[in-house]
Formats: sequence, C-alpha cells, structure tokens
Amino acid sequence: MGIEEIFRAEHGRILATLIRLLGDIDMAEEALQEAFAAALEQWPAAGTPANPVAWLVSTGRHKAIDRLRRRARLVEKQEEIARHVELTAPLSAGDEETPVPEDRLRLIFTCCHPALAPEAQVALTLRTLGGLSTEEIARAFLVPAPTMAQRLVRAKAKIRVARIPYQVPLDDALTERLEAVMVVVYLVFNEGYAASFGARLVRHELCDQAIRLARMLVELLPAHAEPQGLLALMLLHDSRRETRLDGSGDIVLLEDQDRTRWDRAQIEEGAALVEAALRAGARPPGPYALQAAIAAVHAQAPTAAATDWAQIAALYGVLARVHPSPVVELNRAVAVAMSGDLVRGLAMVDELDHGGEIAGYHLLPAARAELLRRLGRHVEAAESYRRALALVTNEAERRHLEKQLREIAP
Amino acid sequence: MRYMLMIYRDEKEWEGMSVQERGVVYQEAVDYSEARRPSGLYQGGEPLEPTRTATTVRMKGGKAVMTDGPFAETKEQFAGYTILEAEDLDEALAFVTGHPLVRAGFSIEVRPIRVGPPR
Repeated sequence: MGIEEIFRAEHGRILATLIRLLGDIDMAEEALQEAFAAALEQWPAAGTPANPVAWLVSTGRHKAIDRLRRRARLVEKQEEIARHVELTAPLSAGDEETPVPEDRLRLIFTCCHPALAPEAQVALTLRTLGGLSTEEIARAFLVPAPTMAQRLVRAKAKIRVARIPYQVPLDDALTERLEAVMVVVYLVFNEGYAASFGARLVRHELCDQAIRLARMLVELLPAHAEPQGLLALMLLHDSRRETRLDGSGDIVLLEDQDRTRWDRAQIEEGAALVEAALRAGARPPGPYALQAAIAAVHAQAPTAAATDWAQIAALYGVLARVHPSPVVELNRAVAVAMSGDLVRGLAMVDELDHGGEIAGYHLLPAARAELLRRLGRHVEAAESYRRALALVTNEAERRHLEKQLREIAP
Repeated sequence: MRYMLMIYRDEKEWEGMSVQERGVVYQEAVDYSEARRPSGLYQGGEPLEPTRTATTVRMKGGKAVMTDGPFAETKEQFAGYTILEAEDLDEALAFVTGHPLVRAGFSIEVRPIRVGPPR
C-alpha cells in the first residue's frame, strides 16, 4: 500500500490511539502530521516497515514528546512540564502503543457528543476518523474552507475547555449516544447521496466514508443490531449509485433504473445484514433495519414490475408503528397503491394532505399527482404536479416533475 | 472542573402558578441539590428575585448610568445559579438532565468556570 492509501485507511485508528496516549486531540493531530511527514521522508529509502501503523503511532508519540520538551525549555509553563513528565514515564500496561478497538469508539462518541453542534459533529468525525482534509469537507458541504476550519477549531476547543470526556459511554447512555452517532453517519451518507451532478466525485467519497464508519460500528459494537441495519440501508442505497442520474444529471426513477448496473455484491451484503439485524435484534426491529428491509425488497426484485409491493406496504406498516412520521405514512400509502389498490392508496394520501402535517413537503403532491395520473384523472393530476412544482427545491426533481406534467398537460 | 449552571424561566408563566405549586418545585430542587453536596458535586447555588427587582449599570456617554430592570428583555429570564465541581462535562450534564427544575420547565445553561486571566 502506498503511503497515501495508508494515510486514508488508517488515519482514524492511528489518531485515536495517539489521542489515548497524548490525552489531547490537537496534540495528537500535530503528532500524526509529523509522523506522516517522517514516513514520506524515510520510507522511500528505508522501505515500508513491517507494521506501518505501529511505526506511525510510535513516531507520532515521540515527536509529541520532543515538541513538549522544546516548548518546556522555551516557556516554563507548569502544565506543559507536568505533561512532559507524564508522557516520558515508561509505558504501563494500559498504555500500549498498539491500537485497540475502543480507541476509535471513544473517538467517534466524543466527536458526536450532543454538546457539540450537529455540523461540528459531522466535520469532526470526517476529519478525525475519515481522514478528510478541511478543504475536502468544506467542498463536500458547500461551505468556505475558512468557515469549516473555524468550525473544527471551535469544536476541539469546546471539547478541551468544557471538558467533554474522551470515553465510550456506559450501558444505557451508550444506546442513546449511539443513536446520535448513527444520525451523524447517516447524515454524511445523505449528503453524498443527494449529489448534484457537478459535485459527484466528492459526494461519492462521503457515501464511502459513511459506509466505512458504519462498518466500524458494526465491528466494534457486535451486541447492537441497529448499526447493522444502518450499514445495510446505506449499502442498498449505494448499490444503485450508477443508475440514479442519467447523462444530463436528471433523476431516473427507481422503476426506470437499469437493474443490471446495480451493484450485486452490495445488495447481497445488505440483504444478509438485514436478515441478521432483524433476526438478532430487538423486538420490534429498529427503524434503520426496517428501512433496509424495504430497500432490500426493491433491490432483490428482478424487474420493477416484479416488486413485492405488498411486502413493502407491510414493512412500512411496522415502521409506522416503530417510528411513526407523516413521511412514513406517505411512503406506506404509495406502497399500498402500487400493490394494486390505487384508490385506497390515494385515499391515504388525501387523508395526510388534509392533516396538513407535511404541507410544505413536495413529495406529497408529487405522489398524489402520480397516483391520479395512473387512475387517468389527468386534470387533477396536473393540478397536483403544479402544487409540487411550487414546493420543490432540488433542480433534478424539478425537471422530472415538469416532464411528468408536460406528458399529461402539453 | 467547576461549572456554573445559569437557570432560566419564563417569569410570567412561573408566577402564574400558585405559591404552593412553586414551593413544591423549590423544595424538590433543594432536596435534589443537597443530596449531592456530600460527594462534592454540588457546591452551592441561590435563586434570584424576579427581574423587575433588578438594576443594570452600564457606560453611556462616558458615565456609569443606572437603569431599572434586567440586562436585556428575554423570552426566559435569568432566575438563579448553581456551582458544580465535576470530573467532566458528562458528570455536570447528568446532574442537570435529572434536575427537578428542568422537569418544571426551567432551561439550564452549563458553562465551565475559567481559572485565571483570559487566554
């Protein structure tokens, strides 16, 4: 593996270990930078060490101690001298330089602490565990680089000054905090998934990062089922990556996507994870597992026409009980319609419409328009498409709705 | 690490409750805090009289000027403070999230107390 690849793949693990050894995120980041610089200098000539990660951790730690020693000589701050003394003491049993699984768990729980603003949680997670540069994160979230840099600086300062502890939460707290971590991971995925055509390359990286983070959670928290559900959900969405947009960046509906270009390996893995999550997990199943189960039904249908909509409607029914929301109800209504009962599906959509809970949500009138179109009620369908167009914000979705409208009201 | 809890409440809403109801909340808060004094977590705290009893002093035109009333008109008003000595933010937050005042509709800001001059 080239140094670049090692950097990307192992950044999180090495940083997490250094944070444990040095007790400070900033110090650990500096140490990591210096260790990689040293690697770039020495490895081409001396050859890549047998255990690159261990080499980098050890080098990073020594560079940090040197740095502190120099600073302690120049500025006799009590704190720094004390820290230096601590760090140069011989490593006791608990201070192994070898990365341990808990290191990365500690890091992600700290990055996703609820005391930090959600944007800060995302940025910090991608920076520390994902190894993305500040510029890359800024580009991915369409934010100026200095703004993103400041966001990271402030988040790390808050961790230090307010003393957010660097630890894995215990028991009950862990389940609650794990939910917050999964929200961050899924948010990263959705940012990448909703890529506009121009930003495609950067956004793919986000989906990959999110999937990597979910794999880490699955690996490090085997007793919890929801990370498996989350990983499955993202793999199944990602399997359709190549077919979601056409050449001009327009949306291709699920039913029109070329299923031969769906990633079968991801679908297989996703489906297996869903099964495991549903079997081993809590009763009732968690929302990620259920959404993944729905995605799996779609993914495993050989053609759009062969989709088991009844199964999907049933799963939405369970989801509506476990994680009720008007959006879930809308999706359920559409599934009911597609399973053959257009009239009942439309009635469910209308009921939601009258409830007014998701009045600004363009997908409601869009779904309504679609069902009316299939029932041949073109005048009403056109009116609903127009309602949807007044609410839609995404360009690709707008073009799609305009196309649908043109077909029935030229 | 010491933290200050700044406790806020909608005064109008609070004073809309009977004296007895408010007394119950007060006593729950006192009991809760005092139970955590022996461990050293709870260091002390005090409720404040309502904001209409406040006087604010600021510089205006080169002079220190006094005005009747609180620092600013806010939706929720500053109602009291507590000092904690906690190992870390999580310990402070655990104290706050279980606090009877939160259940009774108070909002509580948790901020670390700085030791020494500005950095």
